[in-house]
Amino acid sequence: MANIPMTYYLVLSTILFFAGIYGFITRRNLLAMLISVELILNATDINFAVFNRFLFPEHMEGLFFALFSIAISAAETAIAIAIIINIYRNLKHIEAQKLNELNDLK
Amino acid sequence: MENGSIASTLVFFFLAAVMVVSSILAVTTKKILRAATYLLFVLFATAGLYFYLNYSFLGAVQMTVYAGGIIVLYVFSIFLTSTDEEKNQPIRSHRRWLGFIAAAAGTLLCVYLFQASPWGEVYYRAPEELPMKAIGNALMSADKFGYILPFEALSILLLACIIGGILIARKRQ
Amino acid sequence: MFNSCYTALVPLLPLFSFILLIAFGLRLPGKWAGYIGSVLTGIAAVAAYYTAWTYFSLPLDADGTRPAVEILSWEWLRFTPLLAIRLGIYVDALSAMMWVVITTVSLMVHIYSLGYMAGEKGFARYFAFLGLFSFSMLGLVVAPNIFQTYIFWELVGVSSYLLIGFYYTKPEAVSASKKAFIVTRFADLGFLIGILILSYFTGTFDFQTICGSAQDAAGVGGALFAPALQASFLGLSALSWAMLLIFMGCAGKSALFPLHIWLPDAMEGPTPVSALIHAATMVVAGVFLVARLFPVYALMTPGVLEVIAYVAAFTSLYAAVVACVQTDIKRVLAFSTISQIGFMMVALGVSGYGGHAGEGYTASLFHLFTHAFFKALLFLCAGAIIHTVHSNEMKAMGGLRRYMPVTHLCFLVGCLAIAGIPPFSGFFSKDGILAASFAFHPCMGILMTAIAGLTAFYMFRLYCRIFHGPYSGDTAAAQAEHAEAGHHTPHEAPAVMTAPLVFLAVLSLLTGFIPFGDFLSSDGLPHAFPLQTAVAVCSVLTALVGIGIALYAYGRGPRPAFQRMADQPNAFLRAAKNRFYIDRFYLFITHRIIFQGISTALAWFDRHVIDGVVFGSGKLTEKIARKIRIIQSGQLQTYALILLLGVLCLIGLVLYL
Repeated sequence: MANIPMTYYLVLSTILFFAGIYGFITRRNLLAMLISVELILNATDINFAVFNRFLFPEHMEGLFFALFSIAISAAETAIAIAIIINIYRNLKHIEAQKLNELNDLK
Repeated sequence: MENGSIASTLVFFFLAAVMVVSSILAVTTKKILRAATYLLFVLFATAGLYFYLNYSFLGAVQMTVYAGGIIVLYVFSIFLTSTDEEKNQPIRSHRRWLGFIAAAAGTLLCVYLFQASPWGEVYYRAPEELPMKAIGNALMSADKFGYILPFEALSILLLACIIGGILIARKRQ
Repeated sequence: MFNSCYTALVPLLPLFSFILLIAFGLRLPGKWAGYIGSVLTGIAAVAAYYTAWTYFSLPLDADGTRPAVEILSWEWLRFTPLLAIRLGIYVDALSAMMWVVITTVSLMVHIYSLGYMAGEKGFARYFAFLGLFSFSMLGLVVAPNIFQTYIFWELVGVSSYLLIGFYYTKPEAVSASKKAFIVTRFADLGFLIGILILSYFTGTFDFQTICGSAQDAAGVGGALFAPALQASFLGLSALSWAMLLIFMGCAGKSALFPLHIWLPDAMEGPTPVSALIHAATMVVAGVFLVARLFPVYALMTPGVLEVIAYVAAFTSLYAAVVACVQTDIKRVLAFSTISQIGFMMVALGVSGYGGHAGEGYTASLFHLFTHAFFKALLFLCAGAIIHTVHSNEMKAMGGLRRYMPVTHLCFLVGCLAIAGIPPFSGFFSKDGILAASFAFHPCMGILMTAIAGLTAFYMFRLYCRIFHGPYSGDTAAAQAEHAEAGHHTPHEAPAVMTAPLVFLAVLSLLTGFIPFGDFLSSDGLPHAFPLQTAVAVCSVLTALVGIGIALYAYGRGPRPAFQRMADQPNAFLRAAKNRFYIDRFYLFITHRIIFQGISTALAWFDRHVIDGVVFGSGKLTEKIARKIRIIQSGQLQTYALILLLGVLCLIGLVLYL
């Protein structure tokens, strides 16, 4: 653990982050998009923790931000899933690209 | 020390490999339930990374909230909304390519930036566990470096989420 | 000293009358609108007489001139610390004289209209407009600066427009009112530019400053006018341009050639209006303004004054010739008005400044004064005749002296006055003008005397055709026609109409004896106005010849010989009957060249090029928008993609720039 520089962690979280972005852009299913968002949030949590641990080990800001971020993502997921279930109940599908009732271009 | 060092390096690379592979699979697999499963792997590996960084409390929270709570929520909602269509219809290819190029470019750009940054020389110096008591004190204190206000705000947010979730998802008569 | 309260009442009472009648005129029963208007104008007239009386009884200054008094002065607009527009009442000999003329004629017209306009639709509106006109005209002549003159100048134009178009259901009246307004507006454009040039170079609008400086050319005046005299454009100094352009405004208002074309058509208005506006007061506003700025014209730009003399002489001749062949009695009077205004302008044009040389100035204003009364008289008589005959045409008249003795006598007085027969007023004023013309150049004197003879001829032709010879209504056919139209045998007008006639006739008889030179002269010094015997004899003889020819030709109905001559296909006569095609020429210019030539091209340009650009830009925007809106698909993922690409590009830019 002592011989791994901080950059490695950051590269790891970057890969996670851009994988999440790729998923968010390309997935058709709303739930899959939400999973991608979770990946993005997870990547930021890692960054919080890593920056705290490596640069300011005597403080706890990064830890707490990661903690709160987890809580907020839990809340966000709960609401998003409620909305998605509602959409499914009304439209019988959760395809992001077909949710265009308000768009006259279709 | 030398052996421990090598073992710990191996642990890190193992966790990193699990996370990278699982995350890429999570966004590329066609089956949504598999995606959720790969996400679970990523979250577990992240919790492992927190333990590895001696953030045991954070790792525990990650395990319970994410892996225990959120993934279960996902799985249930996937069962509730699963249709057969999604696996048949391919994602529009030009968008997939654009997304891939953008993501790859972003990754490369970030890697380039990290390589240019001074962080490549920063190593982990103080391998001691953060005491649980300190976390509890900070979370509940109103002093400097105290987190009582965000803590309370977050609890209200969660309450609002519970009510909102119930309101949105309940069946209308 | 002055009581400014009375003086301020003079213009304000007619304004009050206008406001009152416009607001409540329709609710007033019967002739109350007319009574209110007449009483208010009457009070204004008394106040004006009082003002004039007080002013002329003021002690003379040490140098023998009469001081001008500025009674009210209120700063209205301040442009620069030096240049401001004031509104006020400026009383000097000229404006006091004008006030007397305006209020007198206005009062007479008000009273006369009580009878003339009785039972007309819009009775209250008519009196309201008369009030507006009186207010504007009174305000015009007491303006202390040229800008107030301009404001009221336009106001009289508006009220003239309203009154010419009084019978707004008649297409001729409407087009005549438009014509009058547009022609005078066109002239006023020149006037405005002239004002702007003058005030730009002199830095003041004030008549007192401008005229005072002109009189003092060696001292202060030199400094004031130096920039305007030095700046030159097309070979003339800026001051000359300014004075020429101001004269253009005067020519438009005073119907001088070639801007006279509106005045004959303006006769479509009610006849009392013609008497007030288009004979006695508004049309002499041009003469008034030239007289107001006379020191500048005479001392700084004598060349412009000469131009004025020539234009006016030509106008006078032209109008006199045309008047000889017109058959509409109001048109004859209209052309005679143009001719007489020409006389006044000629007198100003040939006049020098001060002393004996300045007699033309005095004569011009004297003629303005007398002409106002006898021309108003003639118009009102014509109104009475038209009122009873129901026609403007000479051939519907003849032999009316048996039916309308009072009108006949009054009209005769008016004719004798305009023809210049002693002891009627026109004789004295015209004599002064002719004397000044002879002093200017013998040719000018002879020309003006000849025009005076023509005047006598056409006026007595008019007189004979109306009052002598057989009455056209005596024939059986005409009587049947009359009965059918519900008309009646001609009869004398009611007393409310004849009383102003008699009053004006008396004035026409007496005003000639006023020692006018004691009150008004070019340099302000009282100057005796001697009768020029030789000139007087000449002019009276010429006038008598003219009258004689007219009596011989038309005394017992038109003589066949003259009738034949008039009916001959003579190019000159035909041209004169058509007013020498000046109107046609204007029509050609406006319709053929401006409307068809320029306007059509402009309309095409507007429709195809301007509109094309406007609509084209709209269409282009719409097309581009239709293309662009595809990007704005509402798809969150597309947005995210574009956002990401944008962020990456920005970061790249920041890194590599």
